[in-house]
Amino acid sequence: MRRQRDGKLSRRRYAAGSIALAGGLLLAALGSAGVAGASAAPHKQSPVLIGVSLSLSGDNAAYGQAFKQGYELWADYQNAHGGLLGHPIQLKILSDASSLTQLVTNYETLITLDHVQLILGPFSTLFTVPTEKVAHRFGYALIDGAGGGPEAFAAHYRDYFDVSVPVIGQLLPFAKWLATMPKKQRPTTVAYATSNDPFTQPMIPPAQKVMQKAGIRTVYYKVFPAEVTDYTPIADAVAASHAQVVVLGSVDASTVAAFMQAFEQTHYNPKAFIATSGPDSGSSFVSAVGASNTGGIMVPDQWFPSTDNALNHAMTKLYLKKFGGTLNGMNGEIGGTFSSGEVLAAAVKGSHSISNAKIISWLHGNHTIQTVQGPVKFNSVGQTFGGTYIFQWQHLKFVQILPKGAPGSVKTILYPKPVWGQGG
Amino acid sequence: MLLGIIDGILTGGVYALMASGLTLIFGVMEVISVAQGIFVILGAYLSYSLEAHFGIDLFLGLFITIPALFIVGIAVEWAFLRRLKAQERIAMSILVTYAVFLIIEGVLNIVYGTNYFALHAWYVTQSVELFGVYLSYIYIFGFLLAAGLLAALYVVLYRTRFGASVRAAMQDRTAASLVGVDVRRVSTITFGIGTAVTAAGGMIYGATNSFNANSAEDLISRLLVIVVLGGLGSIGGALAAAVLMLVIEDVVAVVWSPDWATVIFFLALVAVLSIRPVGLFGRQAARAQ
Repeated sequence: MRRQRDGKLSRRRYAAGSIALAGGLLLAALGSAGVAGASAAPHKQSPVLIGVSLSLSGDNAAYGQAFKQGYELWADYQNAHGGLLGHPIQLKILSDASSLTQLVTNYETLITLDHVQLILGPFSTLFTVPTEKVAHRFGYALIDGAGGGPEAFAAHYRDYFDVSVPVIGQLLPFAKWLATMPKKQRPTTVAYATSNDPFTQPMIPPAQKVMQKAGIRTVYYKVFPAEVTDYTPIADAVAASHAQVVVLGSVDASTVAAFMQAFEQTHYNPKAFIATSGPDSGSSFVSAVGASNTGGIMVPDQWFPSTDNALNHAMTKLYLKKFGGTLNGMNGEIGGTFSSGEVLAAAVKGSHSISNAKIISWLHGNHTIQTVQGPVKFNSVGQTFGGTYIFQWQHLKFVQILPKGAPGSVKTILYPKPVWGQGG
Repeated sequence: MLLGIIDGILTGGVYALMASGLTLIFGVMEVISVAQGIFVILGAYLSYSLEAHFGIDLFLGLFITIPALFIVGIAVEWAFLRRLKAQERIAMSILVTYAVFLIIEGVLNIVYGTNYFALHAWYVTQSVELFGVYLSYIYIFGFLLAAGLLAALYVVLYRTRFGASVRAAMQDRTAASLVGVDVRRVSTITFGIGTAVTAAGGMIYGATNSFNANSAEDLISRLLVIVVLGGLGSIGGALAAAVLMLVIEDVVAVVWSPDWATVIFFLALVAVLSIRPVGLFGRQAARAQ
């Protein structure tokens, strides 16, 4: 009798535990979004299924979520403008949890099991390179907005297209600005600390070359692995170098925040501080470093929310309507993802087909495509060329500052950068 | 070099605090809680909410977050771990606590989003200069907090009746039951305590790093390495291993190259484990204390 009762209790407990576990896992799935929702407007024709793998959890989650917003925004915009050849767009987004292995599995799943007709790219060069191989194997066009590291073009795949300008020269406007300063104003020393990521590391040598030529001496240069337990000793070493300029090869806001905190703790305030990625992540950057520390921080990029063109105005208006927030809170990757969609839509329209072979052929046809980031035209390896800009946080606004006099650049540059804690 | 050593010791103390709960839980329950990383981040988020929305100082907030995480720990043990059978406890505990990890990570992603957050207070950015080296207050306070809590844990384990029950359960659960120790109750409270200390670890982690829910994934691998090196079940081992790990990594990063920091540490780990497979202060040693 007692055993039976215990058995019932035990089963009940197991059931309660199982329900709690299942409910929790459902919440977890919703949170980290193993499969993200589709986005479609009412159309009579059958939908075009477009597959993407994004890092919706893990190390790249902040950017993965921004990519998701960008693609969803584009799908909504395009569906409101007739979809693709009259077919509504349906996005199939899988989460790779920032794992390269899962990324490959996801694209293979999307192509072979889900039978998506088209694909769009993931976040960052590190993730683009393995995706290129999958796309090439199955003959899919891969259009991406954040895979501009040299490694992404090394294989010379004809089916890969990056809608953003290659990263290699992105620090040059910054380096040239310092190099052309009057000698009295020009800094004399610079420190470089960079992650060994294929997106950030290639940006450093061209900028270093320009600065060295102008007499700006390198007093510290360290490459660090992507996964570091404690950034403090590296940041302390940069501070100990007393460099007047710091160039940080970072991939996220978290790394930038770690260096900034260590600099502030050691009372080290460089005249100029630029990070390759992180300060362009909008509200994520502000919450990571604190509003009062943002002033003067620079980042290279191609697009920013206030970019002055009609397509961008339409997109940002849609963004604010769909996601709320502010323009300065927008992640810098949203422009690239939206542009990827625009390029895909232009190729479908231009080739009158959703056949990947025809899309690839059309994209190599020397056509110029207008996007929110500006005009795009591809060379034989899928690179596009155009302006690269330097942006700076000024009084909690994210503004374009370089090249000086370029359309969109403001006249004021915070140099030297405000003291930590006084630059909100 | 000196800076690397000081950074390593101060940061190591904080990691020891985060890992102490993990090792305590294993010692008593034979449960490997991979949810420990997400408990740390949960602690950081709770501190953030108290500071940002109610203006409660990070350290004062611990009077709320530590009991809160104690209750979370008790609830997790009651809901998921109590049911595990003895013969499969270690393996199944990894799966079950990983599920708990995913649940909490998912909920945090829904509530807070994926933006990075950081904890702010005057002592987070201020520092004091000693012999030409800047020591930040948050690392000093964090180390002192870690030392205080680890000492309190030691007192509870070795100077109280409950501690005697815990140590009895660590030595032999069956024998402890036979002499009248309520092993189930001891396990529940131990899991609660092991989870509660992550509130303090999480607060210091959130004050020294920006974080989001996904930061827990990096954290748990480091905590497991610390616990293995220190010896599963040994709190002193966790402290020694955490300080050793951070000192080696920080000194190598400064003196040689950050690229080699992790490699050298793992070489040291392999060397220690090949000589002492139970870790620096392995289980047998811990039980003999």
